[in-house]
Amino acid sequence: MAKIREIAVFAENKPGKIEKITGVLAREGINILAITIASTNGFGIIKLIVDKTELAYQKLKESGLTVSLNEVLAIAMKDRPGQIHDIALVFSKNGINMENAYVLVEETRKQAYLIVQVKDIERAKKLLEKENLKFYDE
Amino acid sequence: MFWQEEIEVISREELQRIQLYSLQETIRRLYYNVPFYNQKFRDVNLKPDDIKSLEDIQRLPFTTRDDLRENYPYGLLAVPREKIVRLHTSSGTTGKPKAIFFTKKDIDQSAELIARCLIMTGVKSDDILQNMMTYGLFTGALVMHYGAEKVGILVIPAGPGNTERQIALMQDFGSTCLHLTPSYALYLAEVMDSKGIVPQRDLSLRRAYLGAEPYSEETRIKLENMLGIDIYNSYGLSEMNGPGVAFECKYKDGMHIWEDNFLIEVLDPDTDEPVPEGQEGEIVLTTLKREGMPLLRYRTKDIAKIIPDTCRCGRTHKRISRIFGRVDDMFIVRGVNIFPQQIERVLMGIKGVAQNYQIHLEAYDKMTVKVEIEQDFFDGNIEKLLALKSRITEKLKSEILVTPQVELLEPGTLPISEGKAQRVIDNRNL
Repeated sequence: MAKIREIAVFAENKPGKIEKITGVLAREGINILAITIASTNGFGIIKLIVDKTELAYQKLKESGLTVSLNEVLAIAMKDRPGQIHDIALVFSKNGINMENAYVLVEETRKQAYLIVQVKDIERAKKLLEKENLKFYDE
Repeated sequence: MFWQEEIEVISREELQRIQLYSLQETIRRLYYNVPFYNQKFRDVNLKPDDIKSLEDIQRLPFTTRDDLRENYPYGLLAVPREKIVRLHTSSGTTGKPKAIFFTKKDIDQSAELIARCLIMTGVKSDDILQNMMTYGLFTGALVMHYGAEKVGILVIPAGPGNTERQIALMQDFGSTCLHLTPSYALYLAEVMDSKGIVPQRDLSLRRAYLGAEPYSEETRIKLENMLGIDIYNSYGLSEMNGPGVAFECKYKDGMHIWEDNFLIEVLDPDTDEPVPEGQEGEIVLTTLKREGMPLLRYRTKDIAKIIPDTCRCGRTHKRISRIFGRVDDMFIVRGVNIFPQQIERVLMGIKGVAQNYQIHLEAYDKMTVKVEIEQDFFDGNIEKLLALKSRITEKLKSEILVTPQVELLEPGTLPISEGKAQRVIDNRNL
C-alpha cells in the first residue's frame, strides 16, 4: 500500500500564524494540495499535504515552527453519491475509527482522495488491504 | 574530602562557643563603629554586654532591606572607608540598590567558604569551572571565582549569555563544572538538545552549581537527566557575601550553612517568633566573621526550614532545605497564598512540558499559566494536547487549590533568560 504523509503544525491562536506557514512554502515553491485547520480554545493544529513533503517539513522546522510528520491513509474516491458512505462502511466493518478526515484533490483534478487519520495505521492498512479500496500512489 | 576539616566537623558545643564569641565581638564593633546600629541598640535599651548567650540574639533589632537602602551608600560601614577594597550591589526592583562592602579579609573569608563548598561536592585539582554568572556588581560570579582560584582549579570567566560560545568553551577546554542560574541551565540544556549535542557523549561535564534563584527538586532531576551530571544547590545572597552561605554536599539532601560565619534563625514572618526546628519560616542571618559591613539579624525574606538530623557526610553545620520561595515572590489569587515554586514543581514533573513557563496574574481571581510544550511531544494529535492541558490544570489545582487557565505554547515562544528569569507577570495594578 502506498503511503502518504501529512505535515502537522502546532499553532497558538494568534494572527499571522497561517501566513508564516504559507510564506515558507511559497518561498520554497512548494505546492499545498490540501490544508485543514482545527482549533480549540487557545491553540490549533494546521495540517497540510504538499507536493514536496520532506523539503516542506525541513523548511518549516528551520523557521522555528513546531512540526510533526505523520503517515495517513489516502483512499481513492469516485465522484458519485454514496462514495464516502461506502468507505465509512468498510471502516466500521473492520472496527477502525476515523480520527480525522478530509479530502485531497489530485493536481490533475481527475481524482479525489479521502485522507484519513487512524490510531494504528499498520493494523488499519492490513485490514483495508483485503477490501476493494484503491489508495493514493505517491 | 574537606577543605577545613577541623571547622567543618567541629562539635556542636565548640561551634556554639565560637558563635557566641563571634557574635559578641560583632555586636561590640557595631555598637561602637556604626551610628545606625548604635541608635538601634539605644532604642531598645541594650548594651553589648547584655548579650550573654546565643538565645539573647532574640533581643536584638532586625536589619531590613530598607535599612540597607536608607544607609546607602556608606552608612553601614564598620571600618574606615580606606579599608574597603570591593563594592558589590544588589539590585532592587524599586529605588536605590543595596551596597555591600568587602575588606581584604572579607574577600578572603568568602573565598574560603566557596572552597569548602567546592571540595564538599568532590572538586579535585583537575576540575575546570566555567563560571556563567554575571561578572560585575552582582556577587554571583566574582565570589565564586575567587573561591575556585583558592581551591586552585582552572576558572573560565565566561559570564552569562552567548550560549553557542558557552558550548564552544565547554567543547574546547573540557569544562567539568558549571556555575549558573537554574533558568539559564534550562535554556542551555534546551539549546544543546536542539543542536544535537549530547553532553554525556560530547562534553566533559561532571557537575553544576545552581543558585541565585529558587528552583524545585523536579527541575534539578530534569536537568540532571538532560545534562547527565550532578547538580548541587547553592544558597547565597549579596547581603551575605553572595554564593557560599549554604551549599549541598555529595548527598544532595539540604544545604550546609556555614554556621561559624552565619548565625541562622528561622522565624515566623508574621510574628517574628522562632518556629520549631524543622518547620518552615523566614531565614534571618547574622554575619559572625564579617569585617567591613557586619549585619545583624538580616531579614532575607527567603522561606526555608532547617533539616534537624545530622548529615551522613560528617559535617556538623546544620542543613537548610531548598528555598521554598521568597516572601516577596508570593502572590495571592482568590485569597490563596501561592509561591511560583509550587507551580514550577508541578510543571517540571509533567511529561511533555518544556522548561519555560510564565505565570500571568490578570485579576483578583484570574491567573494564567503559560507553558511551552516539548518539541518531541507534538505529533499532530489534538487530543493528546488537550489531555496534556487538562492534566496540567488538574495537577496545578490540587497543588495550589486554585484552578488556573492553562495556555499551551510552542517551544521558544516565551522570552529566554540568561540571568534571572521573570516568571510572574502581574497585570493587576495592585
